[in-house]
Amino acid sequence: MPDNASSFLVIGERTNITGSPKFAKALKAGDWDACLAIARQQVESGANIIDINVDEALIEGEPTMVKFLNLIAAEPEICRVPVMLDSSKWTVLEAGLKCLQGKGIVNSLSLKDGEAEFLRRARLVRRYGAAAVVMAFDEQGQASTRDEKVRICTRAYRLLVDQLGFPPEDIIFDPNILTVATGIEEHNNYAVDFFAATRVIKATLPQARVSGGVSNVSFSFRGNNPVREAIHTVFLYHAIRAGLDMAIVNAGMLGVYEEIPPDLLERVEDVLLNRRPDATERLVTFAEEIKAQETAAAGPIENRNSKIENTDAWRRSSVEERLSHALVKGIDTFIEADTEEARRNTARYPRPLHIIEGPLMAGMRVVGDLFGAGKMFLPQVVKSARVMKKSVAYLTPFMEEEKRLHVAGGGTARPQGRIVTATVKGDVHDIGKNIVGVVLACNNYEVIDLGVMVPCEKILATAREQQADLIGLSGLITPSLDEMVHVAREMKRTGCTIPLLIGGATTSAAHTAVKVSPEYPEPVIHVLDASRVIGVVSALLNPASKPAFAAENLAKQEQQRAEFANRRNTRKLLPIAEARKRGEKFNWLEVDIPKPEFLGTRVFSSAANPAPGTFPVTLDEIVVYIDWGPFFSAWELHGRFPDILQDAVVGEEAGKLYADARKMLARIIAEKRYTARAVVGFWPANAVGDDIEVYADESRSKVVQTFHFLRQQNEKPAGQFNHCLADFVAPRDSGRLDYLGGFAVTTGHGVEEFAKEFEQKHDDYSAIMAKALGDRLAEALAELMHKQARDFSGYGRTEHLAMPDIIREKYRGIRPAPGYPACPDHTAKRPLFDLLTAEQATGINLTESFAMSPASAVSGFYLNHPDSKYFAVGKLARDQVGDYATRQGGTVAAAEKWLAPYLDY
Amino acid sequence: MPLPPPRPAPSTAALSALCATRIAILDGAMGTMIQARSLTEADFRGERFRDHPRDLRGNNDLLSLTRPDVIEAIHTAYFEAGADIVETNTFNSTAISQADYQLEPVVAELNLAAARVARRAADQAAARLGRRCFVAGALGPTNRTASMSPDVNRPDFRAVTFDLLVAAYLEQARALAAGGVDALLVETIFDTLNAKAALFALELLFDETGVRLPVMISVTITDASGRTLSGQTVAAFYHSIRHAQPFSLGINCALGGAQMRPYIEELAGLADCRVSCYPNAGLPNAFGGYDESPADMAAVLGDFAAQGWLNLVGGCCGSTPAHIAAIAAAVRAHPPRTVPAHPPALRLSGLEPLLVS
Repeated sequence: MPDNASSFLVIGERTNITGSPKFAKALKAGDWDACLAIARQQVESGANIIDINVDEALIEGEPTMVKFLNLIAAEPEICRVPVMLDSSKWTVLEAGLKCLQGKGIVNSLSLKDGEAEFLRRARLVRRYGAAAVVMAFDEQGQASTRDEKVRICTRAYRLLVDQLGFPPEDIIFDPNILTVATGIEEHNNYAVDFFAATRVIKATLPQARVSGGVSNVSFSFRGNNPVREAIHTVFLYHAIRAGLDMAIVNAGMLGVYEEIPPDLLERVEDVLLNRRPDATERLVTFAEEIKAQETAAAGPIENRNSKIENTDAWRRSSVEERLSHALVKGIDTFIEADTEEARRNTARYPRPLHIIEGPLMAGMRVVGDLFGAGKMFLPQVVKSARVMKKSVAYLTPFMEEEKRLHVAGGGTARPQGRIVTATVKGDVHDIGKNIVGVVLACNNYEVIDLGVMVPCEKILATAREQQADLIGLSGLITPSLDEMVHVAREMKRTGCTIPLLIGGATTSAAHTAVKVSPEYPEPVIHVLDASRVIGVVSALLNPASKPAFAAENLAKQEQQRAEFANRRNTRKLLPIAEARKRGEKFNWLEVDIPKPEFLGTRVFSSAANPAPGTFPVTLDEIVVYIDWGPFFSAWELHGRFPDILQDAVVGEEAGKLYADARKMLARIIAEKRYTARAVVGFWPANAVGDDIEVYADESRSKVVQTFHFLRQQNEKPAGQFNHCLADFVAPRDSGRLDYLGGFAVTTGHGVEEFAKEFEQKHDDYSAIMAKALGDRLAEALAELMHKQARDFSGYGRTEHLAMPDIIREKYRGIRPAPGYPACPDHTAKRPLFDLLTAEQATGINLTESFAMSPASAVSGFYLNHPDSKYFAVGKLARDQVGDYATRQGGTVAAAEKWLAPYLDY
Repeated sequence: MPLPPPRPAPSTAALSALCATRIAILDGAMGTMIQARSLTEADFRGERFRDHPRDLRGNNDLLSLTRPDVIEAIHTAYFEAGADIVETNTFNSTAISQADYQLEPVVAELNLAAARVARRAADQAAARLGRRCFVAGALGPTNRTASMSPDVNRPDFRAVTFDLLVAAYLEQARALAAGGVDALLVETIFDTLNAKAALFALELLFDETGVRLPVMISVTITDASGRTLSGQTVAAFYHSIRHAQPFSLGINCALGGAQMRPYIEELAGLADCRVSCYPNAGLPNAFGGYDESPADMAAVLGDFAAQGWLNLVGGCCGSTPAHIAAIAAAVRAHPPRTVPAHPPALRLSGLEPLLVS
C-alpha cells in the first residue's frame, strides 16, 4: 500500500459468496468452521472491515446471514472489526442489522426502488445504528459514466442529508467499479469514469466517503490470479489518489504497486487509464504469457501468499505449543490434527487422559491467567473452552476404547464417582461449570450437568435419585452467593450427606467459609478453578483420604472465619446517635421484671469465724461448679472436658493433669487452704440512655450510683442490633421499676501463700496448679453465686438445670464483668465496689489499674432480662468516647486511656 | 415521506439548563435501599398477588405496585440528599425479565406505577426544596443477551432476539412516558445489542407520541479488561450507540469509582454529549456487599469532577442517600465538563472502534 494511503480501509471480500468460490463452497456445504476460518484469516491478514454476502439462489438469505453473524459474534478474533452487511435483498440486510452489536455498514441502499423506499430504509439503517453504502443506481439503472455517477450520488446525498438528517459522515458512495478489458469499447473508460466520479464526489459532497468492490474490475482475467492481483493493486493506487476511502478486496492478496514488474504495470495502466485503443489485447496477450510461466514454475503463487504464511507461523512450533496457541487464540482449525499428533506420541502421553491433564489444561490455565489479568475477555474464553471441548471430544473414543480394554482385562467400568453440577437459580453463567464438567468427565467421573438457572429442589432431587457422590454449584453474579447458601441450608434440612463444591467467579474461599460452610455439616469446598477440581474430588471420594482432607478444609475455613471476624472489626462505625437508634427495643409493658427477695447486699464466707450476718458457703459446694475446660486451656491442652481425657493425642497427659488437680483440690478443701468470700447486692434501677441509674430505694428519688455503658457501633446486617447493656434494663420513662444486681467474689485468700510453699521447693508445676485452681474456684464461686442470685430473683428456683447446662450458662440472665467485652471499661469496678462495699465485705482490693487483688476474684453485674445476652462492644468511634467521658464527668483523655484497645481512631 | 421529526419534550430544555450550570446529581442504589428494609414475601405480594404461583420476594420492581410507600420514601430520601434526578424502580420491568415471575401481563402497570410514584416524589420534593426535581425512566439490560449464546456448544444460539427486545422495551418505555418521566435512561448495558434494541424502541415511541424525551445511556464495564460483558471497548460502545443522539452517556455498575477511572477519563475525551458516572460503592466484597463509605466515593468522584470529566454523577449498587449527599457536596465546587465538538468522522465498531477521519 502506498504510504500516503495509510488511512485507506481494506474490506475483506472473502466472506462474500460472489467473490470467493471457497467461501461459496463451504457455505453451501454448511461447513461453518471453514466459513469462520476464512473470516478469521481475513482479519489476521489485515482486513479493517469484513464484507459478508450470502446471496445465492439456493441459500435462504435471512437465516443464513443471521447464523453466520451469530457465529462470528462468538469469535472475538473476527468480530473485533466492524461488519459490512452485503446483500441485494433488504430483508437480508435488516435481519443482519438485528445481529450487530457494533456499528456496521449496510451494503447497499440505492434509489433503484424509488425515493420513498430509499428514505424508509435509510431511516431504519440509522435507527439500527449503521452506516450505509449508497450505490450509484437509480430508477433508470446503474450509472456508468462520470456524470451519471455524480448526478445520482448527489441526488441521494441531498435526500439523505436534507430530508432525513442522515449524518453525511455515515454515507459511503459506491460509484460502481465496472469490469474493464471486456473487448467492448464502451467499457474501456469505466475505470477512468470511476476515478473521476470519486474526485467530484469527494470535492462536492462534504463528509461522504467512497468505496467500491475492486475484484469486479478484473473479472475478464478470472483464472489468472497474478494478473488480477496486479490490476487490483494498480486500480487501488489510482483510486486512492482520486479519493477512494475503502474498498472490498481480498486482504490476503494485495500487492505492492512499486514491485509490479514494469512491463506488466505499463500494460495494466494502459487498460485502467484507457491510454491506448489496443490496451486490452496487449494485456490479454501478456497475461497468457504470465500464466504459462506460472504453470511451468508452479511456485510464485506461494510467495504471493506470504502474508497468509506468516499468520500460520505458529504451525511450525511443537505440538504442545500449538495446542496452547490454539486454546489461547480460540482456533479450532487444527485442533484435531494436533490432538492426534500428541496422542500418537505414546512415549510422552501413554494415555489420552495425559494430553488433557498436560498440554490442554496448561493451555486453559494460561487462558484463566490472561482472563484474570484482563488481557482476555469473556467471548475469547468461551471460544477457548470450545476448542478444549473439541480436543476432548476427539480423545473421547480413544478413552472409551481404553476403558473397554480395561474391562475386557477384568477391570471395572464403574465411574469413579457421580457428580451433579448446576448453575444456581437466577444465574445463567456456566462456562466455568462446563469446563469443570469436561475435566471431570475426562477423569472418568460421571457428570450430571443440570444446566443453568437450576432451582434448588431440582438439584437436590437429582442428587438423591441418581445417588450422586457430590454436588457442584456454580454462579457468576453476586445474588448467586445467597442462592448457594440457600442450597447448603436445604441440603442440611433434607438430610443430605454428600460433600458440596462451590465455584464460579464471584465465589470465594472466604464466602464459602463464612456463609456457606456453616449451613451444612458435611464438607463444603471452594474450588478456585477447574484445574483444582480433580484433586478435590478424588480426595473427597476416597474414604482413606476424605477425613484428613475434610479436616484440613475445615481448619482453613475456621481460620478464614476468624480473619473475617477481625476484618469486620475494622469496618466503618456508625455515628453513636445512629447506633442508639439501632439498639434493641423491648415492649417494656410485657417484660417480666422479677423483684429480688432482698435489696441491698448479702455477704458470704467460708471462713471459720465470719463476721456477724455473714452467710456460709463451703469449698465443697463450690467445686461442683468448676468449669474444667479453661483449666486445661491454661495448660495449653485444648479440647472439651471431659472428652479431652479420652483424646487420642493429649488424653493421657490431660488425665494425669486432671488427677493431680483433683488431688490438690482435695488437699485445699481438707486443709481449708483457700477462703471463699463473696458479696451480692440488688438495687432499684432504671436505664437512662446508655446509663443505668441505681436508686437509694423504690421511690427512685435519690440516685446513689450511675453506671455508664458503651454501645456497639459497628454496622450490622438488617435485623441485628447495636447492643448496650443498658438496653436490658427498663428505661426510667417506661414506667417500670427494674433492678440491677452486682457481685464481687474471691477464693484467692490463701492462694499466694500456698503457691509460695511449692515455689520454695522449686515445684513450679504445683505452684502453677495452685494458682490455676484458685482461678477455677473463683469462677466456680461466681457461678454458684449467680445461681443464688437467680434464686433470690425467683426464676432461678424453677430453672431445673443440670450442672453441665449451668456451666454452659444455659440459664436466663447474664453477669457481665467490667473489663470484659460487653463493658470493657475496667474503671466501672470502682463504683461497683463502692455500692457493694466489696473491699470490706470480701477483702478484695482494686489496684491503681483497677485489677482485683487477690487475683482469683470475679466481679460484675447481674442482669435479669429474659433476652439479655453477652456481646462484644467492639471498636468505638470518637463520638461515643467523647459522649462517654461527658457522662462520666471525666476527661476525654482519661476515657481514651482506659478504652485504648477499643478505639477506632 | 417520513413523518415530521418528533419535537423535544419540555424537560429537555430544563435538563439542559441544569447541566449547563452545574454537575447534575443522580440518585443512588434502589436495590440496596430495598434490601435494607428486609421486606417479606408478604410485602412483595401485597393483597393483589397473594395467591400468585411464583415466589415474588426479590422482585423489587413489583414494590411499585405493592409497597409504593417504600419506593416513594426512597426516592424522597435521594432528593433530600441532593439528587436532581431519580431513576424509576423499573430496572427489571420488561416482559422478558418479569417472565421469571410470570408477571408479563402486569409490565405496563409496573412501569406506569413506578413512573407515577417517582413523579409524585419529585413534584413534592420540588415544592419543598425549591428546585426542579427530575425523573428518569430506567430501562435495564434484561436478563438475556442478544449477542451472546448461553450455550457453549451452540455459539449461534440466542436466548432472545432483537425483535423481542424491541417489543419488550417499547411496552416498558410507553408506560414510563405515560407515567410522566422527564427522560429515559437505558442503563447497566452489558450487551450493546440489547441497548441498541432499547434505543430502537425509543425511536418508535417518539414516532408514536410525537415527542422526543431526552435519552440517557449508561454502559457497564465489567472488569479490568475495560470491556463490556459482550466484549466491546468503551470507544467501540460509543460508536455503536452514538446514532441515538444521547443527552448523556456514561458508565455505571460493576466497578467502584477507582476502577472506573480510566474508562471515565476515556469517555470524557470521546463523547460529544454529556458524560455521566454512577459507580458502585466499591467492588463487591466476598459477601456481595459494598464497603466504600460516602466519604470514599465522594473522594473519587470529587476528583473526577475536578478533572473536568463529569456532567452528571451519582451512585449505583451499595450507595445510599448518605453517599449521594457526600458526592453532591464533593462535586459542588467544580464546574461541569465542557462538551467537546469533534470534527465529523465515520465511526464504526466491532468489539473495537474504527475511526475514519
